[in-house]
Amino acid sequence: MRSADFGVIPGISKQFSKEETLEMFRHICNARAFESRVKKVNDEGKLIKMPIYLGLGQESIAAALALSFKNPAIFAQHRAHDLYLSYGGDVAALIDELLHQPTGCARGMGGSASIHSPAIKMYGHSGLMGDQIPIAVGFALGKKEKTLAVMGDASAEEDYVLGALGYASTKKLPILFVCVDNNVSISTKIKIRRNWLMPDVAKAFKLKAVEITDDPWLIMHHVAELQGELPAFINIHTCRALSHAAGSVDVPDWNRFALVKEEMARLNLAEEGERIEATSEKNINTLWDERIKAIKIKV
Amino acid sequence: MNTSDKIQEVIRKHLASGGIILGQCLVGGGSASNTLPTELTEKDGFIDLSMADVAGGAIAVGAALAGKRPIYLVRFQGFQWYNATTILNYAAKSKEMWGIPCPIFVRSLGTDSAGPVAGNCHHSIYTRMPGVFVCAPMTPGEYQRAWDHFMEHDDPLYVSEHRRSFPVDYEMSDVIHPKADITIFAISATRLDAIRAAEECAKEGIVCNIFNLFWLKPFVVNEAMREALSNSTYGGLVLDADHENGAVKSIGFDLMNASGKTVHVLALEERTGGFAPYLDNVSPSPEKIHKKIKAILKHV
Repeated sequence: MRSADFGVIPGISKQFSKEETLEMFRHICNARAFESRVKKVNDEGKLIKMPIYLGLGQESIAAALALSFKNPAIFAQHRAHDLYLSYGGDVAALIDELLHQPTGCARGMGGSASIHSPAIKMYGHSGLMGDQIPIAVGFALGKKEKTLAVMGDASAEEDYVLGALGYASTKKLPILFVCVDNNVSISTKIKIRRNWLMPDVAKAFKLKAVEITDDPWLIMHHVAELQGELPAFINIHTCRALSHAAGSVDVPDWNRFALVKEEMARLNLAEEGERIEATSEKNINTLWDERIKAIKIKV
Repeated sequence: MNTSDKIQEVIRKHLASGGIILGQCLVGGGSASNTLPTELTEKDGFIDLSMADVAGGAIAVGAALAGKRPIYLVRFQGFQWYNATTILNYAAKSKEMWGIPCPIFVRSLGTDSAGPVAGNCHHSIYTRMPGVFVCAPMTPGEYQRAWDHFMEHDDPLYVSEHRRSFPVDYEMSDVIHPKADITIFAISATRLDAIRAAEECAKEGIVCNIFNLFWLKPFVVNEAMREALSNSTYGGLVLDADHENGAVKSIGFDLMNASGKTVHVLALEERTGGFAPYLDNVSPSPEKIHKKIKAILKHV
């Protein structure tokens, strides 16, 4: 069930325009460049003095959501740099946040786990696993506005998450629940923690639910379909390339980035993809250098 | 108009102004001892939640982020051990962390005699956390004051209600004597019992001041309190309908620091209450308060 091609629809990438594919790929590259640099700065052990939650390897999900589920109120989990970046959050403000600056997106209070951005309607996460889900449901209840609620496969197990899914279904709220299923809670795999699947639970709550792999075109396809059937639940299998808090490198079951590049080549977009990747790396690293320099000057 | 009528009036006004009320078992007013208007529906913003307590508290927080200024009803204060989680860890922190206010009016109903979990008051859960205001109204006027404060501010407010306040149809003034033996600071339903205890004391020539505490957090020792306490021969006594190792000791500590006088506390006993009357553990009775005062006077 959990695999690189679970639920894949052959030729699905061709449903999308060249511009959409390149934009999606740009989000992926930006997030990867960002997380890679955070990892490097964190490993140096000088500028970052707090737990860091990186989503390297999982970024295709945020990239696809940003293109297919536009302008929602966003309630993310603790591992959400990619979501913040893909939806257009201020990159410099996120760098500053990770560098403990008052100019950070959460004024230095939130750190890596509790980022937010009013400009993109992204609400901060408290740090308590899964509480963003009932909060998102309450927001959708109060505002009647399109809402995105993202959880991990571990936080999905919180009892209050399940209660919130049920209430969203009862009240038919305009909310998309996304489970970023990397199969691990720190390092404990799902099969050790439970013998049930989230899509089954969502269906039991009478939510429309799908389960797929993290192919970004596949995600965009399903999200587009689910938008007319909210509330809905989508469980996306993915691979976290780094350990829980930016420590050692995990061995991922598959490399989605490599698979996306292969598909880009089949779409004759390899060269443009390479340019986007190089540009993202350059831009993100330049910005990091500037922010670090600015902070050192201040110090 | 008694406090129950006032609460209904406040809810009607709140919903008419675009707010909502959320909670369990709202329809028919069943969960809240005649303090809920029965004519209101979900269209009016009168919204029943499911019975999932922890999720319910968080859903109310989300509604607050959406600008609905929810009144969130928790029908027994003991249920706050589930409901408080997200209110205290998100709503109370949101403004400080992200600059996003999350105003929520937590109606929390206290009661005597409801067994080991549901009964009494549990406002101390809230007073220990930053970012939240806590009050304990006992009269119609005080309830209005609580709602007015909430509407004029953008912070979470915990309203520690007590079912014994609902029939109260009068306002309560502090009682201050030029020279008292002891000054009582009474919280929640203990205010009703403090009056009767002071009357018993008076029969024996013991003079008691009484301060009715509305704000538990922030708790400010005003000049009248400090002066009355300083002038009391045997110091002070703080009464509460919550357990002793909570807000009552914190308030007692502030009063001691401000006055230099010894301040005692009397609240729920340090044991689990049972449903059988002889096992119950409720707020101190007038007799118990009277006895405590006599003991303080004897030992000082």
